[in-house]
Amino acid sequence: MMLIPCPWCGPRDESEFHYGGQAGVAYPADPAALSDAEWARYLFFRDNPKGPFRERWSHSAGCRRWFSLVRDTVTNEVLS
Amino acid sequence: MTADRNLRRSPLHGVRDRLATLSGAITVAEVPFLAQINLRITRRSEPRPGGSTSDGDVDVLWLGPDEFLVVGPPGSEQRLISAYSGPEASVVDVSAQRTALDLDGPGVRELLAFGCSIDLHPRVFAVGDCAQTVLAHTPVVLQRRMSGFRVLVRSSFAAHLAAWILDASPDLTAGH
Ligand SMILES: [Zn+2]
Repeated sequence: MMLIPCPWCGPRDESEFHYGGQAGVAYPADPAALSDAEWARYLFFRDNPKGPFRERWSHSAGCRRWFSLVRDTVTNEVLS
Repeated sequence: MTADRNLRRSPLHGVRDRLATLSGAITVAEVPFLAQINLRITRRSEPRPGGSTSDGDVDVLWLGPDEFLVVGPPGSEQRLISAYSGPEASVVDVSAQRTALDLDGPGVRELLAFGCSIDLHPRVFAVGDCAQTVLAHTPVVLQRRMSGFRVLVRSSFAAHLAAWILDASPDLTAGH
């Protein structure tokens, strides 16, 4: 079990959250101008670090807000 | 056209008698047909996050940074809608979405701990505090009141939650 710190509600059980993947993936400024390969890269390609990873979470069973945190993918320690 | 209130059946109408048999460690009673208004408004500082306020017969519960649940006595929907309507507010009657259970007794925290992962010790979760969380795999709004806890549960999940309470209650050690 993992406790995830919601910025609004405080630490809650991981089962209250929905995972949103890597944080900071910008929507393309002009999607129509992208090639299929570029679009696929935006949609499907993500970093997969061993260590600190900035990611999105939604407190879906609580305040239903999205937020970002940095989690160590090895230890599951929440760093910020 | 006015609905005949005598024909209304609360979500826990069918288990009311069984809930009433609980005594000692916990007592459970449905508080049906409460007026509930979902309020979305950005500039509002009360209640604080994770809290609720009580003013007369109306409670305002914090659900999110711009979202509140206003709870009043049965039939007060129009009064609450008028009171909270404004140019920057979204005010929606959600009274039928949830029913309420008032839980009390020396074993109430032990019971909730069977199915809820948040710390409900009064040092952490004091009178007036409220939380949207999960109880017995069911999404609920939990409010600590002067006596005991109020659980607001979606109408379609209420029978499951009542069955879980009836099932878990004999295992309580407090109050026996
Ligand atoms: Zn939250």
